[in-house]
Amino acid sequence: MSGEIIKHPGLNLGAAHGPDHDAAEPMIFGFWLFLMSDAILFGMVFATYVSSLSATAGGPGPRALYDIRSVFIETLFLLASSFTFGMASLALKYRHGAPRLIAWLAVTLLLGTGFLGLESHDFITMFANGGAPGRSGFLSAFFDLVPLHGLHVMGGCIWLISLVGQIARYGIDRQVKLGIMRLALFWHFLDIVWIAIFSVVYLGGLT
Amino acid sequence: MMSASEEERKDFHSYLWGIALALPLTLVPFAVVHWGGGSRLTLLLVIGAFALVQMIIHFRFFLHISFSDRREDLQLILFSTLVLIIMIGGTVWIMGSLMLRMAMPASP
Repeated sequence: MSGEIIKHPGLNLGAAHGPDHDAAEPMIFGFWLFLMSDAILFGMVFATYVSSLSATAGGPGPRALYDIRSVFIETLFLLASSFTFGMASLALKYRHGAPRLIAWLAVTLLLGTGFLGLESHDFITMFANGGAPGRSGFLSAFFDLVPLHGLHVMGGCIWLISLVGQIARYGIDRQVKLGIMRLALFWHFLDIVWIAIFSVVYLGGLT
Repeated sequence: MMSASEEERKDFHSYLWGIALALPLTLVPFAVVHWGGGSRLTLLLVIGAFALVQMIIHFRFFLHISFSDRREDLQLILFSTLVLIIMIGGTVWIMGSLMLRMAMPASP
């Protein structure tokens, strides 16, 4: 992809960043290991959900509870936020300056919180339609899986805000660079988990 | 070694390709489910195939994983995928079989 040797997943800073680029390799590799173990966690919760599909105990099922329009908009929000975070990574790598970096991060945060807002609205609607976690095994499994992803996104948003605070306080130093690169991996990873959620849970449930 | 501006354009194009390919891969399964058509099995196969391709697109263009460089990252993904397939497949198989034997519907 570039003339330089790729040291780790995600956008590499490149030799122009000197020792920061070298420091990134073990740090990002460790974070990548965490992401893979997080993927296993999600996978097991997916298995629980699929195993509980028929355990509706006479309560409302997917058709009565899911809203495809809302999920579609949430999907577009997350996809767009993956792209805007990519733009933030480019602003970091090619030194476009702190204002542009913060602007792209802010757009990403806006899309992330928009996603969370829509998702909580979905959950509230589900509750109103009798879809509370305690109603059936199916709903327990649903509220184990989908809000787990939502909590990850919320964690990402808090992490993003704290990184913007670090940029304001310390400037774009090595810690900030490595933080943004790890959050970028986390953010893109969560978008991949969401592909599985909208495909298996929502689209699969509505066929 | 290419110049910085050339490299920047290439990196930018990676993200652009990512979203340009991911958008239709998202739109089609949603459209197919929303406007119906085909049997349930066909729909599920279409959704599954599009999801798989979109995941690969995200790995390639957003996470910059490729076959050519830094193979350890790819190996980690492949091994995690293997573990996931064994554990998810095993769980769904065993629990599905259990439900059948308990005289409950295996799937809705």
